[in-house]
Amino acid sequence: MTPASAAAHAAPATGTILKLDDVSLSFGGIKAVQGVTFDIRPSEIRAIIGPNGAGKSSVLNIINGFYRPQRGTITFKGRARSYMSPYEAARGGVARTFQNIALFKGMTTLDNILSGRLLKVRSSVFEQALQVGRAVREELDQRQHVERILDFLEIEHIRKTPVGQLPYGLQKRVELGRALAMEPDLLLLDEPMAGMNLEEKEDMCRFILDVREEFGAAIALIEHDIGVVMDLSDRIAVLEYGRLIADGAPEQVRNDPAVIAAYLGAKR
Amino acid sequence: MPAVTEEARLPDLSVRGAASDARAAPRDQATGSESDDTFPKVLLRRAKGHASDPAVREKEFGIWQSYSWSEVAEEAELLACGLASLGLERGDRVALLGANRPQFYWATYAIQSVGAIPVPIYQDSIAEEAVHILDHSGASFVLAEDQEQIDKVLSVRDHLPRLSGLIFKDPRGLRSYAEPGLRSMEEVRALGIAKRAADPSFFARAVAEGSGGDVAIICYTSGTTGKPKGVVLTFDNLIATASTMAAFEGLTGSDSVLAYLPMAWIGDHFFSYAQSALVGFPVNCPESGATLMTDLREVGPTYFFAPPRIFESILTDVTIRMENAGWIKRRLFAFFMAVARSTGVRLLEGRPVSAGQRLLYGIGRLVVYAPLLNTLGLRRLRVAYTAGEALGPEIFDFYRSLGVNLKQVYGQTESSVYVCVHANDDVRSDTVGRPAPGVEVRFSEQGELLYRSPGVFKEYYRTEDATGDAKDEGGWVRSGDAGIVTDDGHIKIIDRAKDVGRLLSGSLFAPKYIENKLKFFPSIKEAVAFGDGRQNVCAFINIELEAVGNWAERRGISFTSYADLAGRMEVYDLVSGQIEEANRSLARELQLAGAQIHRFLILPKELDADDGELTRTRKVRRRVIAERYGALIEAMYGDDDSVDFETRATFEDGRVGIVRAHVPIRQARTFAPEPVR
Repeated sequence: MTPASAAAHAAPATGTILKLDDVSLSFGGIKAVQGVTFDIRPSEIRAIIGPNGAGKSSVLNIINGFYRPQRGTITFKGRARSYMSPYEAARGGVARTFQNIALFKGMTTLDNILSGRLLKVRSSVFEQALQVGRAVREELDQRQHVERILDFLEIEHIRKTPVGQLPYGLQKRVELGRALAMEPDLLLLDEPMAGMNLEEKEDMCRFILDVREEFGAAIALIEHDIGVVMDLSDRIAVLEYGRLIADGAPEQVRNDPAVIAAYLGAKR
Repeated sequence: MPAVTEEARLPDLSVRGAASDARAAPRDQATGSESDDTFPKVLLRRAKGHASDPAVREKEFGIWQSYSWSEVAEEAELLACGLASLGLERGDRVALLGANRPQFYWATYAIQSVGAIPVPIYQDSIAEEAVHILDHSGASFVLAEDQEQIDKVLSVRDHLPRLSGLIFKDPRGLRSYAEPGLRSMEEVRALGIAKRAADPSFFARAVAEGSGGDVAIICYTSGTTGKPKGVVLTFDNLIATASTMAAFEGLTGSDSVLAYLPMAWIGDHFFSYAQSALVGFPVNCPESGATLMTDLREVGPTYFFAPPRIFESILTDVTIRMENAGWIKRRLFAFFMAVARSTGVRLLEGRPVSAGQRLLYGIGRLVVYAPLLNTLGLRRLRVAYTAGEALGPEIFDFYRSLGVNLKQVYGQTESSVYVCVHANDDVRSDTVGRPAPGVEVRFSEQGELLYRSPGVFKEYYRTEDATGDAKDEGGWVRSGDAGIVTDDGHIKIIDRAKDVGRLLSGSLFAPKYIENKLKFFPSIKEAVAFGDGRQNVCAFINIELEAVGNWAERRGISFTSYADLAGRMEVYDLVSGQIEEANRSLARELQLAGAQIHRFLILPKELDADDGELTRTRKVRRRVIAERYGALIEAMYGDDDSVDFETRATFEDGRVGIVRAHVPIRQARTFAPEPVR
């Protein structure tokens, strides 16, 4: 990360990078998210768990501006607003991966990750086409950045492979790489380990921990593997039917009667 | 090292290195003067005389980064100073745990500079294996590549009281570790800068203190039996062998190697460190294990070592890709490969070839061979070695016919790599060549190969009795391998010495050699030969279900199961023909002609590791098989032409069942001995 971009991304000195306050979202009669209040601290690994349809992905979509909530405020880096525009989110350092991989299948790993650098490019299309002025230097800088990510995620060997040809686990890693290319302050991971085998999961866990350590990004992740979530996260938010039913450290959440009821069903 | 004449050193040989001209050849200009008796001294001279020549390259962030000799010397100095200020002393052991990285090569210089001894450990060894080596060597420092390796050491640290420092190259994931003695290489380097400022001549003094008789390295052999043993090699061992062999192969500073085999293996230390230093050619470290083939193509090494499986997999890859190629390409490839087979090897060995053939080969080089080799990264190869398991003759000839100078090496850690090697104009796929320059070879009564050379190891570290077992007072080392000499003076390794026996007639019986001959046939998956202390040789055959099943289907032979197929007379006819072919080839080998296969049977069940009949690496467990199939063995040595038999078999789902079968026994044709050539 260059010093300039680091400064632009620097989170305010408060204890939270993002706060959702009483946020609600509904699609017609379906209340996807109901009065959820929760925050994410800088460099924190924050898990969001809950049964299917609990509103986990909706929360991520609200954070990166894909959905517009009907009620509540979103405070990101000290600025409160009722809605994040996707551009604002991306500009401000929110990056994400998707539950169903959303890569450019026909492009190589290198180009896919490079596409994550789009917002960092300053030179114009004409400069790039003619290879004049800052365009050349900038291209070298961008490539170097991408190479560091390839090295970090240990995917040098598929640098020039079209991602459509890659196995699922590697595609997930490429997608993480593209999100990292944005130099995010807040990384949203939607089921990064779904469909992976044990070894791939272990690798991904290590990458998530390393991302935090190397890049200092806060990470909000949705994951169904409770073992992974308990080991990995600093704090866990539990959603059920769009409501926040528990929030706290893994130990605390694990023993929460409401959480146990939501997952295992309770005697009525 | 002055060149010693063959006669002076080797008075009573049974076999001699033929290349005495190479032995007497003056040492390469670059390979140094009398005083360069340790690698750090060689490094310092290179850093003065060839300061800006590339010493190490590494592909990092997609680009080949180059480090010159003066940079390597600088890094080695700083690391050496840093290690010394952490308390590393002469004679201490330092373990190296990681992949081939430039940092580990200059760490090796650094450790040797201060008189300490590097102990490289296989990077993929599990914690229990690593702990044995760390404990046995009494290492006081570990240099590890990354978090994975550090975690491995930390998990066993309680068992390693002598270990005072852990140093890592890659800080990723390690920032929050608060283990005492854990440091990054960067920190050690910074300590080195401080130490050098305080005592500028420390490094030069430390290097000057070293001498050729000092221990250069301890390499733990993988040890197929028992715990690994630490082979202690001195600078004299390595420098003598490395420079003699560099002269033998005509290596120069413009050669280059790809450093991709484990650093703990003596071969990598020899090619990528010892010879690189002495001759001055650069070492190229690949980006990662997974990018090896790409890196090979980009580097285009001139000097290359690969185990047989790599050459096999390259060939398989080429074959598959050609099968999927278009019609014209396929025809071109087939035509010119036929030309290569008939002409290429002769051209490579400088034997006479007609002008027409020469022209055809030239065209072939233009349209097929050169582009193919270029794609594989083998275009610039001058010397390619393989060793270990036998490489099939057709694979060997494939490379040689394309003009790749592929040769066999036979050696051990204990011999500083070389015992035997092919000379450029004298290569045969079924031998390991003649004794390497400076190496004397003879055979014991039992046929075990013994050798003596300047490269012979000093001892097994802290295991005197093992040293005594392997090496006698005269310096002769027992290789543990049985070998024979062909009538043209080449040496063949036929089996492990302990497995070799004799027939009642006194004829040499090497089961693995016979079995390997049989296993070259695609329809034979496994073979077990018997004969020690017997009248003649008999064998069990396991057919390869897929190959023989295919063959049977094409001929309209129906079968219901493996056991059924194995008992078909048609299959017996097929195998019988192949055994005859193996016998014919055995008949051409003087010492082994007596051990042709007389009778055989096809086992109704596949030999299986789950039943304890094979090891997990698919080696035959002779004792288990002799016990379980005793009745079958006796039947083969009897007169009946069939036997009823039942045995236990473990199915894939773990259930155990009984296999009952009526097993036919066949006589095989044998041949009168006929000498080759």
